[in-house]
Amino acid sequence: MKYICFGYLDVPAWSQLSPEEQNARIDACFAYDAELKRNGNWAGGEGLQGPETAAMVRFDQGRVTVTDGPYAETKELLGGLLMLEARDLNHAIQLISNHPGVTMGPWEIRPAADLTEMIRASEARRRLATH
Amino acid sequence: MAPNAPEALAAQLEALYRAEAGRILATLIRLLGDFDLAEDGLHDAFAAALEAWARDGVPDHPRAWLVSAGRFKAIDRLRRRARTDVPMAAVPEPADPDALAGLEAEDPEVADDRLRLIFTCCHPALAPEASAALTLREVCGLTTEAIASAFLTRPTTLAQRIVRAKARIREARIPYEVPGRADMPARLDAVLQVLYLVFNEGYAASSGATLTRPDLSDEAIRLGRLLVELLPDGETMGLLALMLLHEARRPARISPEGDLVLLEDQDRSRWDRSRIAEGRRWLDRAMASGRIGPYTLQAAIAAVHAEAPRAAATDWTRIIGLYHLLGRVAPSPVVELNAAAAVAMRDGPEAGLALIDALLAQGHLADYTPAHAARGDLCRRLGRTGEARAAYARALQLARQEPERRHLARRLAEFP
Repeated sequence: MKYICFGYLDVPAWSQLSPEEQNARIDACFAYDAELKRNGNWAGGEGLQGPETAAMVRFDQGRVTVTDGPYAETKELLGGLLMLEARDLNHAIQLISNHPGVTMGPWEIRPAADLTEMIRASEARRRLATH
Repeated sequence: MAPNAPEALAAQLEALYRAEAGRILATLIRLLGDFDLAEDGLHDAFAAALEAWARDGVPDHPRAWLVSAGRFKAIDRLRRRARTDVPMAAVPEPADPDALAGLEAEDPEVADDRLRLIFTCCHPALAPEASAALTLREVCGLTTEAIASAFLTRPTTLAQRIVRAKARIREARIPYEVPGRADMPARLDAVLQVLYLVFNEGYAASSGATLTRPDLSDEAIRLGRLLVELLPDGETMGLLALMLLHEARRPARISPEGDLVLLEDQDRSRWDRSRIAEGRRWLDRAMASGRIGPYTLQAAIAAVHAEAPRAAATDWTRIIGLYHLLGRVAPSPVVELNAAAAVAMRDGPEAGLALIDALLAQGHLADYTPAHAARGDLCRRLGRTGEARAAYARALQLARQEPERRHLARRLAEFP
């Protein structure tokens, strides 16, 4: 089963660390990611640039608007995404609790939804609409 | 040995995983003293087998090979973790500091470690629902999601329960062993309870289409046999008898359409005679043991049903007597409800209905589906149509299992 894990970064705590300590943690994270890859548990993932680089697309009063933001007022920012191939939720928890990233902020683990049936039904509806 | 074709090897490994993963995991937990590390080792070992066996052929003792590969993979992991040297509380320490040294010396030919594992999972320091969840996951190999759906809880709740239970085992340094004689009674009761729970999960024609799990019942029976071999205690034999006698009826319990077939309507020629005979033998030994408890008494009731050639030939007087004994050993409103149903079969629906109404008046069974279904059934037989319809409707409202819902809905539809 696929699990998508959202890694949050506790920014104030992170900025308190010395550069050496930050580097040590970053290295530990990538070493662990390499282990996940070796063991077949890595199903993809990316780090995210800062929230100031984001563009927000929203539908507002009948029009699509693009603004910058989000304006992260919270002290925890979404730092990256990781996709896991795990046997079940407990296995996913086990893999993430060994991830050095948990020392930098909380992680949220969610099972990937199987949208196959939803996509199939939607395709059927769209086919009907074009006839 | 000749290298295998990749597809044939993958299929063989899959079959091996189904048959052996539980035993291998139990052995690895004993060797490593850590549930999570053992699980990782198990999966690494099967991945390694796919590669190595394709190259070298399947070894003579595949299980021993996998145990040995699993522990070496786990050592690898520990070493890698030590190298990355991450300051983390979450990294589990092996319970035994000499685990690494012990690993090298262990004989890979190991006895069945699952009993030890069950006793660990059922330690009195853990809550019973945590024990059951842990046993189903670690001993029976169910996923967290499957256990959650069987227990009608959320996977996250269940996952937390399992994580906490594992942490508790680690922190309390609960030894991975079958306890000594002195600790046995308290521990054994918990083990029997969990075993019965596992059996029932497999036996119940349950809420989802895929949730009837004959493999779980088989597993519970297999573990019951092991337990009897190790501890020929009366109630252990009683539980094994009970499971065998119930399991014997499986082929007749579900119609080809997947519907529930009531005991009185079952085709008794489809009952498994060899299971009934084996159950009967264990029941006789349990009865002779002198420790006659609730499992043995329930097995005795199941045996009366199993030995009746036709539903009409059931010895209801004997069953009522056994329910009264059961009510004294393990009193519960559910036992009284079943006794009332037996009285209705012997003395007529009116007598049974009076007992059920008295029970419902006490309030214990107000939300218990079978109580309302039984009441509906007796009212129907007495021609009290309005009351019967109301009782079935209440039962349908409460029912969660799909076949049970269909059965009740059909009964409701039969009324004019």
